[in-house]
Formats: sequence, C-alpha cells, structure tokens
Amino acid sequence: MSSIDKKHPGLNLGRSDPGAHQDAEEIVFGFWVFLMSDLVLFALLFATFATMIGRTADGPGPQEFFDLKSVAIESALLLISSFTFGYASLAMKYRPEPMKVVRWLGVTLLLGIGFLGFEVHDFVTMAGKGGTPQTSGFLSAFFALVPTHGLHVFAGCIWIVVMIVQTLAYGLARDVKLRILRLGLFWHFLDIVWIAIISVVYLRALA
Amino acid sequence: MDRLWFFFFGTLNYDSLPFYSTIATIAAGIVVAGALVTFGLITWYGKWTALWKNWLTSVDHKKIGIMYVVVAFVMMARAVVEASMMRLQQALSFDAPGYLPPEHFAQLFSTHGTIMIFFMAMPFLTGLINYAMPLQIGARDVAFPVLNSISLCLTGGGAALMMVSLVLGKFSTGGWSGYPPYTEMAFSPGVGPDYWIWAVTLSSIGTTFTGINFAVTIYKKRAPGMHLFRMPLFCWTSLCTAILMIFAMPPLTLATLFLALDRQLGFHFFTNDAGGNMMNYANLFWLFGHPEVYILILPAFGVYSEVIANFSSKVLYGYRTLVVATMAIAVLSFTVWLHHFFTMGQSSAVNAAFGIATMTIGIPTGVKVYDWLLTMFRGRVRFSVPMLYALAFLILFVVGGLSGVLLANPAVDYQVHNSLFLVAHFHNMLIPGLLYGMLAGTHYWFPKAFGFRLDELWGRIAFVCWVVGFLLAFMPLYALGLLGMPRRLVEYFDPDYLPYTIVAAVGAGFILAAFASLVVQLVVSIRHRDALRVFVGDPWNGRTLEWSISAPPPEYNFAVIPDVKARDAFHDMKRRGVAYRRPKHYSNIEMPMNSMLGPVVAIAATACVFGIVWHIGWMIVLGFLTVWGAVIARSFVRRTKRIIPASEVRRTEERWLAAVSKAPLIARDYETSPANRGLAEAAGA
Repeated sequence: MSSIDKKHPGLNLGRSDPGAHQDAEEIVFGFWVFLMSDLVLFALLFATFATMIGRTADGPGPQEFFDLKSVAIESALLLISSFTFGYASLAMKYRPEPMKVVRWLGVTLLLGIGFLGFEVHDFVTMAGKGGTPQTSGFLSAFFALVPTHGLHVFAGCIWIVVMIVQTLAYGLARDVKLRILRLGLFWHFLDIVWIAIISVVYLRALA
Repeated sequence: MDRLWFFFFGTLNYDSLPFYSTIATIAAGIVVAGALVTFGLITWYGKWTALWKNWLTSVDHKKIGIMYVVVAFVMMARAVVEASMMRLQQALSFDAPGYLPPEHFAQLFSTHGTIMIFFMAMPFLTGLINYAMPLQIGARDVAFPVLNSISLCLTGGGAALMMVSLVLGKFSTGGWSGYPPYTEMAFSPGVGPDYWIWAVTLSSIGTTFTGINFAVTIYKKRAPGMHLFRMPLFCWTSLCTAILMIFAMPPLTLATLFLALDRQLGFHFFTNDAGGNMMNYANLFWLFGHPEVYILILPAFGVYSEVIANFSSKVLYGYRTLVVATMAIAVLSFTVWLHHFFTMGQSSAVNAAFGIATMTIGIPTGVKVYDWLLTMFRGRVRFSVPMLYALAFLILFVVGGLSGVLLANPAVDYQVHNSLFLVAHFHNMLIPGLLYGMLAGTHYWFPKAFGFRLDELWGRIAFVCWVVGFLLAFMPLYALGLLGMPRRLVEYFDPDYLPYTIVAAVGAGFILAAFASLVVQLVVSIRHRDALRVFVGDPWNGRTLEWSISAPPPEYNFAVIPDVKARDAFHDMKRRGVAYRRPKHYSNIEMPMNSMLGPVVAIAATACVFGIVWHIGWMIVLGFLTVWGAVIARSFVRRTKRIIPASEVRRTEERWLAAVSKAPLIARDYETSPANRGLAEAAGA
C-alpha cells in the first residue's frame, strides 16, 4: 500500500505526513465507528422527539417558543465554524505552521461559543415563557434532543481549547495532528446533526 | 445540622442501613466481610503494588480478559445464590408466606436478572473475546488498549455499585428490565431504581467502547494473510457481537438516562401524566434488549465452533454457511424487538410481522446446528469437558429454540406471556447456550491463559451438576407456565404448582453444587498445577494461532507476526512442518505502557453516580470533573509506548523453544494425562 492511498473517509494526510497517515488508518477509522454509535444515539433522540411532538399536555407547543431568527443566526454561526475548521485542517495538512492552525481553531472556537450563547439564550427565553422540560412530554423530548447537541458542541469547544494548547506546546506533532483530524470529524458531524435538528425540530414543528 | 449532614452525605441516613430484615443484614454482612477479608489479605501479603502495577493499570488484552472473567465469576456467585433463594421461597410458599417478604423477593429477582445479564454474561463473553480474539488474528493487542482498560473498569464500577446496593439502601423491585411507570418516582420513591439505572448505564457505556474496540481490532489488526474468510469462527462471532454492541447499546443508555431524568429532574418521558409515554421505554429498551440476546449468544456459538472442530479433530464443516448464518442472525436481531411486548396493544398485523421475523431467526440458527453436527460426523470425537458442554448445548439449545418458536407466535404468546413458560424459555437459551459456552471456553482456553490445564474429574462433576441442575430447575417451569403460574410470584394457592416448584428447588440445589464444583476444580487445579503444566502451549492439538505460542503467552504475544497461508492457520503450519520455527532474527517490539486512566475514570464515574443516587452534590461534581480532567490530562502524556528490546524477546523465545524441543509428542488419547506438556502430535483433517 503506498502512502498516498486514502485510508479513511475525510481529509487524509497522505504524502504530507506519511507517518501520521499510517497511524491514522486505525485511529481515525475507530473514531468513525464511534461517531456511528453517537449517531445512533441522536437517531433515537429524533425518534423520541417525533413520537412526543403532539404530547404537549395542554402546555405550550412549538408555535409559542421557536424563534426562527435566533435559529438562523445559530445555524450561520455553526456552519461558518465548520468552514473555518476546514481551514484549520487544510493549514495543518499543507502549511505546517502551528500558528496558522491555532488561529483558525481560535476562530472556530469563538463561533462555537457564539452558537452556545445564542442557544442558551433561547432556552432561558423558553423557560421564561413556561417552557421547561417538566411541563410536558413534548418539552422533555425537546430538551433531551437539542441540549444534547449543545453539550456535544460544548465538549467540542473544550476539545478545541485543549488542541490549541497542545499545538502551542508541542507544535504539529504526529499525535496532535491525529487529534485535530478526529476533532474535525466530530465538529463536522455536529453540523450534520444540527441540520437535522433544524429540519425535524424547528421547521417541522412550525409547519 | 441537618443541612450540614445533607451537604456531606445527601439522603444517606440510619434507615439506609440494611437492618430492616435479618436476611438483608446477613447479605450485607457477607459483602462487607468479604470486602474486608479481601482487602486484609492483599495488605497482609503486601500485594497492593503488584495488583496495581501488574493488573489494575495493565492495558494488556490478556490480563484485561482475565479480569473480566474474574468479575463475571464473583458476580455469578451472588446471582446463583439469589436464584436458589427464590426457588426455595417458591417451594415453601404454597398457601404460606414462605421465608422472604414480598419486597425482598422482588429485589432478588431484580438483582438476579440485572447481575446475570450485565455483570455475569457480558463480562464473561467480553473477557473471552478479549483474551482469545487478538491471539487468533495474530495481533499484539487490541486497537485501543487504554480504552479497553476503561471499559473493564466501568463494568467493574457498575458491579461495585450492585454490591454497594446490598449494604446501603434497597435495590429496585422493578425487575431487570426496569419498566416505567412502575420505576418512576411516583411508584418507586426509594433509591432502588437509581442504583439499577446507574449500574446499568456504567456497564452500557463500557460495553459500547468495547464494541468499537473489538470491531476496529478485527478490521484493522489482522496478521498479514489473515483474510476475513480465514479468520477462526470465534473471531467472526466476535465481530458480529461487536457490531451489535455498537448499535444496540445506545438505546439502552438513552432509555436509562431518560428514566433518570424523569426521576431526578421531573421530566415526562415515561410518566403517566403530562404527555409521558411508557411505550417509548418498551421500544427503546427492547431495541437494545433483543440484539443483546445475540450479543450474549453469538460469542458462545463461536466457542462451540472452535471446540467442536478441535475435539473432533476435523475442519469445521460449512465454514462459509456459519459465517453467513452469524451475519444473518446479527442483522435479523434488529427486526424482532417487538416480540417482547406482543400483548402491549399494537395491531395484530404488526404482531404478525414481528412474529414471522422472529421465526426467521430459527433458520440461520438451524443451519448452524447442522454444521456443528456434520463437523462431528466421521470425526474422532474426544469427550473432554469443553466437548461435553458443547454436546449438552446441542441437545438442550434445540429444545429451548423450539419453545422460542412457539413463543414467536403471537397467539401462543398471548396465552403464556408473563408466565414461567417464558422464564423457562429464556433460561433454556441462556444456560445451555451462553453459560455452557462460556464454561466450555474457560476450560478450553484456561491452559493457554495460565499455563496449566484444569482438573478433568472436577470438571466432569461440575458438568453433570450443571446439566442435571438445569433440567431439574427449568423443565418444571415449562409445565408450571402452561398451568398458568405467572413469573415473579412470591406466594401461590394452587396445589398443582407445588410438586413442580419442589423439583425446581432441588434443581437449584444442583446448580449451587455445580458452582461449588467449579470453585473446587479451580483450587484442585492450582494445587496440582505442576502436573498439569503445558508450557509449550498446544495441549489440545489446536488449529488456530493462539495455540502456536507458549502458555501463558509472552506480553507481546508473537515474537514475529505470523504470516497466514490458510484457514486454521496453526493446523496448516503444523501440517507443513513450519510450526515452532526459530525466527531468522528478533527485533524490538513496541508495546503500550500501563495507564492508570482506566481505574481513575471508573472510580470517579462510580463516585459520581453514587452521588446521584444519594443526592450528594459535591461527589457528583467532583466525580464528573475528575473523569474529564483525567481524560484531558492523559492526552498530555507524551510517552505512551515502551520498547521490549530484541535481546529480551530472544531470551523469552529461546527458553520456550528449548522447552518445545524437550517436550514429548502427545497423542490425542493421552491429552488429559500428566505427560501432556503442550506439544501435540499432529492429527486429524
């Protein structure tokens, strides 16, 4: 097998770092499998939400809460953060200057925090209007699905901080690169889940 | 004062102590005394450092495998005792209260089921796969050794929580499946369901990681030439089990976490009011629960495939059909979950579809049974202990399978659901299926793991007790079920039941004797270990790669990664006369270093969930932060590998090769004699 073979889906390090590329085969494949398991978790959260959508128990329903403007801003922040993460990955692969990677990771982090800020604001507003998970089955399912995605983004943010520190401390060492590769998959994965959340939770509930 | 107490100890108080009944006090006493004696002995012999360094922090798949099996045995001891207590209660409770109060009886069937599934069966099969699978594919370790250690420790943490629940507070009375709304706060306000939720959650998270680890290991770490279709069948069943774990554990994790949110934070997933829907629980739980059945049985099928081929001195019949059947079972296992609640209100058309899907699983399973029979046909069958278990399995498992086909028919299910007929059916699948398989695997691989064989005589005594015990304890349950006796009954008034419950209690006695025989066998074998030693490593004329190295194997498994040319790789090497070859040269071997991440994460996670059970805020926060802090800290550790120098590898290998050249060649008729030092006379097809 030559070093330029694609060893896993997504960005491969290939010729630019054959050693890391070799190691990526097992590690990144393993992370794909993990994401698959995580996706099963989300699929079930979606399924639960779908079965609970009408179970508002005479409490407030989706029409009362969902602020599509805020959702649009959140979506923009998250989608742009995926884009900036792409730049971080490309910088890591083609321009082995740690500072470039750190800068792009920093931008991604800010966008991620912005997303979380808007989301938390949404939840607080909802709670103010009486939309707490204790109110109804529908809201329980909502607060299981959307904040689980939010917690993933939060974990991703912490992971970005760790990777910024490690890139500064160790440069673009092989293990650092492999971690950024996996972090990238995780971050883009959260985007995909978010798009499903927009379609299934926000748009469908308002339709 | 009260607020200070609550801050430090949450809702723990005097009433949490097990003084509400004599039996509970005795059980708690045994747990505490057992723990004290264990700690005392370790301290007395000064073994803490050794235990920590060589075992708890080890990331060696072989040691992790052994520790899994140890957990399984310890937990089996408790759950077998609980089973006999319940059988005794039913034998005594015709028109009488018996000796167990109803609430205690309910705790017993809940802990018995939870332990047997999550803390006996799962660790047992995970342990066997951990031990044997990497050796069979010619790998030096699993893909993610530290993650493996985390999985083990999380399972251990869950098991520890089960034991703590005997001492502090009362366990759930909601059965092993913990159905809401009964397990909701409104009906079960105690800590019992919380213990159940968090013990199961720890184990399910560990198992998800295990599944990922095994699947990646099998896909990516096979030796050169070990194509998928050259893998031993045990590896195939391990792969399917791993895939099932990856897909089937998340529904369980979610179901238990939803229930926890309902109970702790007042959510309404499964409550009766405010739009909750308990059917979501039934669906989520059995979306896990049914694939789980095959997670449990497939590794045992793998063991039987190895054992039957090996002790028939014949190549496995219908290898490809066995692989396809295994895959078919794995896929079909996701299409039948609804048969666990045929009577819970869906239309007859839906029931019919799931009934048919359920019966379909009988087809690949039948294929397997014929393959095993035809493997034995015209082979030279040796009736060693693993083979005896395999033979008992073949007969009894078919009986259980047939009762399963009966239950798959919704019309029949309506008659016997929730009766002892069902209990008889699934014990009929799990004891002769899973447990006999695990015991066969233990007897088969024990000499590989420890370097000496297990005592034959006590092995046979245990086998007879297991079979007689199973038949006496569970065949009457079929009859009782058809007579209409519901499961989980603490007291009854129909005299027709009495003779059967007495026979079943006698059977439980035999099962206790069987477990005791296993313990005696272990003690006897350790005492006579010098006569039973098989250092050369191939006591059974094995066919697969794990037998091609010393027993116990060196840390790095293979000095040189084998080059595989055929299925049954070691048999092929022996036939071509290339087994036990001295490698042309030795090289340095890189192995992962020990890590304390596993134990630290598990201790912190267990503390965190214990805090949730008893509402101890600081413990929750501290445990949670420690888990993630430890994971992040670990990512800053730069040196995670160590080198075993070529000279050390040479010394180890030369010592073994010298033993090989001195050992007598043993014909199959003498494999259980003390002359067997682990060098087999090649024989068979």
